Amino acid sequence: MTILKQQLQHLQRKWTAGYTVLAGLVILIILAFLEVVKMELIVNGLFLGAIIALGAVGLSLLYGILNFAHIAHGDFMTLGAYFGLFFLGMLLPSIGLQGTGFGPFTFGYPLFLALPLSILALAAVAIGLDVGIYRRLRRRNVSKVVLAMTSLGVAIALRGLVQVLWGGETWQYPRLSKPFYMLPMGVRIPPDNLFIGALAIILVLALFLFLTRTKMGKAMRATSDNMELARVSGINTEHVVWWTWAISATLAATAGVLLAVFQAQLLPIMGWRILIPLFAAVILGGIGNPYGALVGALIIAVAGEVSTQWLNPAYKVAIAFLIMIVTLLLRPRGIFGVRE
Amino acid sequence: MTDIAGILGYLTGFAIMAIIYAVFALGLNVHWGYTGLFNIGIAGFFALGAYTSALLTTATPDPLLFEDNIFGGNLPALLGVFNLGIDLWFFIALLAAGAVCGFVALIIGSITLRLREDYLAITTLGIAESIRFIFLNEKWLANGSKGLYRIPKFLGDWVSPQNYDYLYLVVAVVILVGIFLAVERTIKSPWGRVLKAIREDEITTAASGKNVFSFKLQSFILGASIMGIGGALYAHNIRFVDPRTFDPLFATFIIWAMLMVGGSGNNKGAILGAFVVWGIWSGTQFLPGFLSDPNFRYVMIGLLIVGVILLRPGGILGEERKVSKLMQPSEAASPEQ
Repeated sequence: MTILKQQLQHLQRKWTAGYTVLAGLVILIILAFLEVVKMELIVNGLFLGAIIALGAVGLSLLYGILNFAHIAHGDFMTLGAYFGLFFLGMLLPSIGLQGTGFGPFTFGYPLFLALPLSILALAAVAIGLDVGIYRRLRRRNVSKVVLAMTSLGVAIALRGLVQVLWGGETWQYPRLSKPFYMLPMGVRIPPDNLFIGALAIILVLALFLFLTRTKMGKAMRATSDNMELARVSGINTEHVVWWTWAISATLAATAGVLLAVFQAQLLPIMGWRILIPLFAAVILGGIGNPYGALVGALIIAVAGEVSTQWLNPAYKVAIAFLIMIVTLLLRPRGIFGVRE
Repeated sequence: MTDIAGILGYLTGFAIMAIIYAVFALGLNVHWGYTGLFNIGIAGFFALGAYTSALLTTATPDPLLFEDNIFGGNLPALLGVFNLGIDLWFFIALLAAGAVCGFVALIIGSITLRLREDYLAITTLGIAESIRFIFLNEKWLANGSKGLYRIPKFLGDWVSPQNYDYLYLVVAVVILVGIFLAVERTIKSPWGRVLKAIREDEITTAASGKNVFSFKLQSFILGASIMGIGGALYAHNIRFVDPRTFDPLFATFIIWAMLMVGGSGNNKGAILGAFVVWGIWSGTQFLPGFLSDPNFRYVMIGLLIVGVILLRPGGILGEERKVSKLMQPSEAASPEQ
């Protein structure tokens, strides 16, 4: 009886949180109609939020299953983007596959090949790191803070590797400038953003189906709830861990490539810069809750973009950080958090 | 003759930087080595300490030099009246740097130290980045990206400019030894033993009637103040600070590598690690080929941290198992693990 009551309360809290978020968006849009806020910033924020969401969802999954803060996640995104550069700029052109300006987009059709390749490469790196480093530490039963610190070391080394291989200067994917779509209320949308939004929605839906409909997805959720219990019920948690790395790497590589398209440039520091928004999104949504991370990412990104109307754009990261602090103060388990 | 002077000068400069890093490593040792606090925003305290002492002591801004900031304490001139032969302002600047960092640590700590332990990492990282952005973008505060220069020398009139480094080396050694003795004394007290107990097992410590949060907060403030003093020492050594100085590699990660290599939970290890890692860092420039690429230092620092955790979690020296000087050696040796 009490359990039922508790669950009802949880559900109620989730709905309240959902409605609050929706109400916030509606208020923002009303403000945009009153011309207090530029509509373009809100729309841009949603697209950037879609990219951050891909990273944050993967980070949240890792957090839930491996139970540590994966600090190298931003640099995973960087590496994914640079893998994309390697395939788009070097490997594919060398076998005659090149081109720009596919349809309305700035990039060419090789991107559709480069993206899966870079996903595969990053997943291989992630699983390799787990076998070489994290698994050995897990067997030694080290604390989650030591795991987090190891991932900090990995983050530094990965960024260094990117800088050694590609140098510190900015790069671009081969691209052809295209006219923006002009919408009412002064909203300009680069065509690439439609691709970004669509791909993000497809991936999130696929992840949702994977987590709810497949055996491995259910095993992942079980492991996230309680690893010991999952193991006792016959789930091979090591396989679950590998799948988690592979899925997070898929999302991170996509996010990295999309970020490179969105910003029209690649920098070794691009992923590190997005690390605080990533964690802010994860904490805002409740650690280990991928759907929460998705909503969190959209809130963080829209808030950051809208803030540029009054604040120096350099402070976008500080806004994400501020939201995180306020969350920690008022609702440390996140807006959708129900655990513990 | 000039060669020897040149080498001696290089070594002095090297030693001063290593000592300044050793101060940071000691502060980090209080956080991580003794209390288990995962602070990856050392750069924030580094910057705050350096900017606090620089703003307090640098001459008031001069519009003729196109300086955008409006602050500048010019403490040395202000205190000239009370000058008793030694530069009093230096100590005030050091203490102020420590106090400001301690105050910021108090605020961050009271928000995050009650929560999951890994929240502190993200929060300190966020603070460090925010502080850097503030100093970069608020030109009125500290001259933005152009940075603060003309930071005065401590006891600059005592020796000729070319010999100043030797004097500052002595100053740095004295301050390092002072901080080392203070930390050793604190950690070997009952207070320090509570910190170690928290690091090993928070719940048991709380069950023994200790206020875990309060002890963690005190440790966080103490370590941050030490880092602030380190920042001030840096500012008066290089005598130029700008926001680029405080990027995470140079001001956070390298210090982590130092503590891990030297041995966390051991103050001598922290100092040793600072010298070893700064030696490796400075030495890479003499290496052949791509190894001398400054970007390779990132890879090296990252690999050092991962390598130490994997292969030798205790670092070079490892932690001293002895918790009290009154314990007999046989007693101290037995409770291994």
